[in-house]
Amino acid sequence: MLRFIFVKLARALLTILLVMSFAFIVLRLSGDPAQILLGPDAPQDAVDAFRARWGLEDPLWQQYLAYLKQLAMFDFGVSMRDHSPAIQLVMERVPATLALTIPALMLKICIGIPAGVYAALHRESVADRGVIMLSIFGFTIPSFVLGLVLVLIFAVNLGWLPAGGQDGWHYAILPIATMSIGGIGILARFSRSAMIEVLGQPYIRTAMAKGLPWRDVVWKHALPNAAVPIVTLIGFMVGALIAGAVVVESIFSWPGIGRLIVVSVANRDLAVVQCILLVIAASMVMANLLVDFAYGALDPRLRSARSGK
Amino acid sequence: MNAILQAKGLVQQYTTAKSFFGKASTVRAVDGVDLTAKQGEVLGIVGESGSGKSTLGRMLLGLETPFQGELRYLGQPMPAPHSPEWRKLRAQMQLIFQDPLAALDRRLTIAAQIAEPLEIHGLAADSELDRRVAGLIERVGLRPDQAGRYPHELSGGQRQRVVIARALASNPRFLVCDEPVSALDVSIQAQVVNLLRDLQEGEGLSMVFISHDLKVVRNICDRVAVMYLGRIVEEAPSDQIFSDPRHPYTQALVSSVPKAGTGLRGRIILQGEPPNPAARPSGCAFHPRCRIAAPACAAQVPALEYNDGRLAACLKLQPKLRPAA
Amino acid sequence: MSDTAAIAPPRLIRRIRMKVPALILFAMIWLGGMILVAIFADWLRPYDITAMNLQNRLVPMGTPGHLLGTDELGRDVLSRLLQSIRVSLVIAFCATIISAVFGTTLGFLAAQFRGWVEHLVVALADFQAALPFMIMSLAVLAFFGSSTWLLVCLMGFYGWERYARIARGLAISASAQGYAAAVVQLGAKPSRVYLRHILPNVASTLIVSMTLTFPEIILMESGLSFLGLGVQPPESSLGNMVGFGREYLARAPWIMLAPSFVIVLTTLSISLLGDWLRDRLDPTIR
Repeated sequence: MLRFIFVKLARALLTILLVMSFAFIVLRLSGDPAQILLGPDAPQDAVDAFRARWGLEDPLWQQYLAYLKQLAMFDFGVSMRDHSPAIQLVMERVPATLALTIPALMLKICIGIPAGVYAALHRESVADRGVIMLSIFGFTIPSFVLGLVLVLIFAVNLGWLPAGGQDGWHYAILPIATMSIGGIGILARFSRSAMIEVLGQPYIRTAMAKGLPWRDVVWKHALPNAAVPIVTLIGFMVGALIAGAVVVESIFSWPGIGRLIVVSVANRDLAVVQCILLVIAASMVMANLLVDFAYGALDPRLRSARSGK
Repeated sequence: MNAILQAKGLVQQYTTAKSFFGKASTVRAVDGVDLTAKQGEVLGIVGESGSGKSTLGRMLLGLETPFQGELRYLGQPMPAPHSPEWRKLRAQMQLIFQDPLAALDRRLTIAAQIAEPLEIHGLAADSELDRRVAGLIERVGLRPDQAGRYPHELSGGQRQRVVIARALASNPRFLVCDEPVSALDVSIQAQVVNLLRDLQEGEGLSMVFISHDLKVVRNICDRVAVMYLGRIVEEAPSDQIFSDPRHPYTQALVSSVPKAGTGLRGRIILQGEPPNPAARPSGCAFHPRCRIAAPACAAQVPALEYNDGRLAACLKLQPKLRPAA
Repeated sequence: MSDTAAIAPPRLIRRIRMKVPALILFAMIWLGGMILVAIFADWLRPYDITAMNLQNRLVPMGTPGHLLGTDELGRDVLSRLLQSIRVSLVIAFCATIISAVFGTTLGFLAAQFRGWVEHLVVALADFQAALPFMIMSLAVLAFFGSSTWLLVCLMGFYGWERYARIARGLAISASAQGYAAAVVQLGAKPSRVYLRHILPNVASTLIVSMTLTFPEIILMESGLSFLGLGVQPPESSLGNMVGFGREYLARAPWIMLAPSFVIVLTTLSISLLGDWLRDRLDPTIR
């Protein structure tokens, strides 16, 4: 078991390292931050000073090694624009993003899974068809369209809710709705098909044949077995908590990570962009790790299969 | 008769996946086999599942590289798998599979599949190709109008005929049939076996016929080798194996074939676990199931030795100890 | 067989009705329309996409001459919409093809060579799956500057790992026992085995996963264009129209609604068609 954990952790670290290296190479290859930040008319000695200040004159591999060394010491660099530590700038924005994404995730789980399970238990009913339709719309309506339509209805036409900004809890309603509606549909569809698959298994028929009450069949046999694939999907959703907010924050002018990355990218603020990528990659990798460990708890078969192989 | 294929000391072993804590273990599927296939002869290889007979067949064709041992085709060593020489050699040696449906591409017509060896080896093109494919279809007893059919539209026996036609397309000299009829209905088996025998006699093909079914083997083979857990335990001309089996394992196998008049009287029922290459018994691998085993059998591995006009590997086969057959 | 030809038409229609649900038929018709628009956009659009008419700014839908109204510069929304459909579809189509070819090739290579090649491909696929793709594209586009071809190539990297996994799995199972091993045994070169035998056999599964990636790529491209990082003016795509229309949400919602409607219907149609195809062609995958 220890080795399993070790291998998983090593892989997670490797993935993060790959993402960071990829980001480093792409970002360094793509242009001269000195030109962008100082403007095309900057005097040459200012440009040189800027380059010397940020180590941009060294060969790329030296920059890369220096960068890795910094990372290893948990030094994520300082913003090229306002010279404050990049990690601090990023962390300041994280709560605002989580304030949208965590409630949205809760809504997805609390509505999506019961709706999917209900649909699976009442196949071909009106509720079932509704779940399918909702999930298809969740999959096909892009968040920027949904967000703008919600703004059009509830802010512009009805005037019930603000169209953007962050000035009180009711400002969060539309962004959260935008984020969760699609996810509810997807999770419902997924839970539905996982449940239907499990309900078709021989052990469910056996449980029914031996006269177990239907309620017990569902709660003791079907749900725990359907949980494994559902947990995988939730893991992806948790991983995307921080990354998923870019478009929605942009629509609603919400001051979170998503806004920060759009602004930093436009400003070519390398340190901040790298730092955001690191935070996002780390959160996705962490979520995957949690899912892997959750499997073991949910499905003893997987655990023994792993140690037996 | 000249040897077309000679195998010496063939060994094949597989490494099982590493377990979580333990080490990787190796399983010997074939454990030191000497075998000669002669020109124009049908050699049967008989054994239960797990005896290594299919692995042996694949090695004889050069589809797998032996872990140890040497293989010579017409006096030349077998080229490495997937090398250009190896590919060229495929035109001369062919395999007939157990499951014809799996061996055929379900998206191509049978004519296209029979034409493949001719195209691959550049043996015919255009109208010559069509003519030869039509000839092959006729030779294996399919109707010309079936040329445009797809494998799933044919019956099992017809599919096996397609596989045979494809194998014969490049005029091979050496054919390995790996359980060619065991997936077919009993009523169809005889037809396919007869077809194989006719083709073999007509072309003077050398053939290795792998089967667990002695009735089928008896019909077609000139010589039979009996395998048990990766080794040959007895090898003799077909008549001798069936009329006078010597090795106790062969005796048990032969006694399970009903004979006209006597039925299954005198049948020897094998006791114990079926052979498992992962847990090989010490000494003579057959001794836990052998009805005449002595303590020495668990200690010493018997060699395959000449014994009364045949090869057999049994410690108890010294003349005075030999049980009456 | 020959006598059915005489009564073919009614039977054909009935057969289509029997086999194709109304929704799928609608999806097919819509997609066919979109493809025609993409091909014939230059002939279909009534105005040039940059033709400004400052007297007719923000004209609402249904105005004669401007069926879908005009935008803030008096440009005809219908003309811009037709052009945007073309741009978005072409980008998504090229990207899907790139992704499918790239992924399938890597998957086949992994299946053919096994060993370290396979480990490398699997590790790359894991990496790709862990990558925050939208964020990464955002960074790449912003730093390299956005060009249509860069956008296509970037989107072409989206989702390749799925094809690679599918192609690898199917090729390995075909080689282990079945027809592929049989053809290798006949002496065929790997190119023949993969192109003539394995590829046609796995094509239906790959096409089904293309119907899954295609709408996702459309959404990704329009999302990036919406943020101002995808297709750049004066060229226009569906997402970029929505992005610019957003400024006039209150005064002229039609600028934004028309392309939104097209995006939703198109991705919906492809998803429906994909689901249906999947059920028909390959009942084994979910």
